[in-house]
Amino acid sequence: MKIHEYQAKELLAAAGAPTPKHIVARSPEEAGRAFEELGGTGAMIKAQIHAGGRGAGQLKGYAEKLGGVKFAPTKEKAQKLAEAMLTHDLVTKQTGPEGQKISTLIVQADAEPAKEYYLGMVLDRAIGLPVMMASAEGGMDIEEVAEKHPEKILKVAVSPETGLLPFQAQKLAYELGFPADQIAAVVKVMMAVSQVYFSKDASIVEVNPLAVTKKGEVVVLDAKIDFDDNALFRHKDVQALRDLTEENPTEIRAGKANLNYIQLDGNIGCLVNGAGLAMATMDIINYHGGKPANFLDVGGGVTAEGAIEAFRIILSDSGVKGILVNIFGGIAKCDLIAEALVKAGREVGFQVPVVVRLEGTNSARAREILEGVKAELPMIRAAAGLTEAAKMVVELSK
Amino acid sequence: MSILVDSNTKVITQGITGSAGSFHTDQCLAYGSNFVGGVTPKKGGTTWTGKDSGKSLPVFNTVSEAVKATGANATMIFVPAAGAADAIMEAADAGIQLIIAITEGIPVLDMAKAKRFVQAKPGARLIGPNCPGVITPGQCKIGIMPGYIHTPVKPGGKGIGIISRSGTLTYEAVFQLTGMGYAQSTCVGIGGDPIIGTNQIDCLKLFQEDPGTEAILMIGEIGGTAEETAAAYIAEHVTKPVAAFIAGQTAPPGRRMGHAGAIISGGSGSAADKIAALKKAGIEVAPTPADLGITVQKAIAAKK
Repeated sequence: MKIHEYQAKELLAAAGAPTPKHIVARSPEEAGRAFEELGGTGAMIKAQIHAGGRGAGQLKGYAEKLGGVKFAPTKEKAQKLAEAMLTHDLVTKQTGPEGQKISTLIVQADAEPAKEYYLGMVLDRAIGLPVMMASAEGGMDIEEVAEKHPEKILKVAVSPETGLLPFQAQKLAYELGFPADQIAAVVKVMMAVSQVYFSKDASIVEVNPLAVTKKGEVVVLDAKIDFDDNALFRHKDVQALRDLTEENPTEIRAGKANLNYIQLDGNIGCLVNGAGLAMATMDIINYHGGKPANFLDVGGGVTAEGAIEAFRIILSDSGVKGILVNIFGGIAKCDLIAEALVKAGREVGFQVPVVVRLEGTNSARAREILEGVKAELPMIRAAAGLTEAAKMVVELSK
Repeated sequence: MSILVDSNTKVITQGITGSAGSFHTDQCLAYGSNFVGGVTPKKGGTTWTGKDSGKSLPVFNTVSEAVKATGANATMIFVPAAGAADAIMEAADAGIQLIIAITEGIPVLDMAKAKRFVQAKPGARLIGPNCPGVITPGQCKIGIMPGYIHTPVKPGGKGIGIISRSGTLTYEAVFQLTGMGYAQSTCVGIGGDPIIGTNQIDCLKLFQEDPGTEAILMIGEIGGTAEETAAAYIAEHVTKPVAAFIAGQTAPPGRRMGHAGAIISGGSGSAADKIAALKKAGIEVAPTPADLGITVQKAIAAKK
């Protein structure tokens, strides 16, 4: 689960990290008032969306060059920027061309950075432990630094029993080249990052940039926190930070039905059991020249109700011209799935071809069931093998 | 021959009275596995009976009691996610050598602790979590895979060893191999989570040493760099034929595809990177999931 920058900074501030003062605004008037409250001598206006790359992005359809982060020297300018951001979708390299609607802004006290650093805590899968990463090359191009100069990113493995230890933070701070009078503040930020990571079951806590301002203060200028979905059950406070307007409504609906669905931009809908097989099914559609419209894993214990909802969800995407059902029946029996398919066909009504490949437990009985409804549900086409099924659905979706 | 499990493996189920734990223990017994007991706190002293197998097992409150009473050396864990990491550690503490965690959705930080705990117990090995389990066809099935699709190795013969991060994709592979007449020595579902107990290299090593394994099929997916590391290991240490498949070639970056592990981030762990590394190590890579069996055949032919 993702949260907004301002929520991330508030969590880090509560854990002891110095952050510049900010006020949340949802209208140009609120932005103007916030500007005055912060002293009236200049403030940053920052769009709150879950995607990154806001500063370098562009407001869709806006006449001037303007992204989601901009300095406002006056109250009038603050209101004008807020107005622009709240009425135009923001396109960044992470949102896709359709952009993301902005409904919340923050007005942030100006803290002009003299130097920018990077801090981040994530799981290092190779060693099975979280690592604290730190770099003196912070700012917008950290991904490029990671790719071209991995040696410029310092890493220290952190024990899940203890969290980051103060001496580890201090060592990193010295290695980053901070002067003696800033070490304590940097250590404080690192300890806050670790505290939030472990106490809230985060999957990423990132401070980028960690800035030293022209006045010599160390502050968290921007932050990003993602949480481990599997641990949300024990963090009611984190669940309350979820912003559903940032998420795909169809994916939310699928989640309620225990279906694992991700919308893609192709025209062939997929309904598969198992995540690995679902990904592999997308791959074989692609291999034979088609484009998958979604990833959909119905799970092992798929019921008739679940399958019907899955079909409704796939068909709610008007771009879908054909569907491939690929089920390997293990514990889930093929005949039950064939019956669910027939029920779904009767309830939902198939307007596009549905190519079905059922293999495994009770597959012969499943084929008999589908054969029996050939006249009633002519859109259902049975395929013998995986390759045949993929080729067939690609052909029928053209 | 086989790896990890055989007809001598004595198994208990942690979470035996839950619906999934009960159903799958029954299926494993019906397949012929040697299950000797189950654990569910507060239900110790009762008897569990399977509907399909008709067999009954004693239920214990703790793993340690179960081990003392039955001499179990392996466990199959179905404990719900919130308590599963604790169940793994309890098994390791009780001296269980092979801990197979089927449970999905365990918090990552719980697993970080559990993995270190198991590593500190000499002789203990964790498989999973979020995996279908381990099967040595004809001898021992510990997990949720459909037993009947597998083919046991004939006495004195050899079979294919399978290492997989995915469940149904493994069944697909086994189905194809069985259809082509290839037996399987052992199939290991290592799990789809970011932190797993036993990795590809651990299994490669065991299969390389196993006289009953003729060739190895490794099924991977996007995310992490385990396949790249395994490819380098194979080039150095594995002389048996190896075939591979990577799922997720068309998955968009930054999106999580079901398995918490299957996510590409930071420009590493893409299918293209993995396939390139595997090919560089001389491994046959299946172009589609329909070619898993044929690719194993090719890998075997290439080594002859």
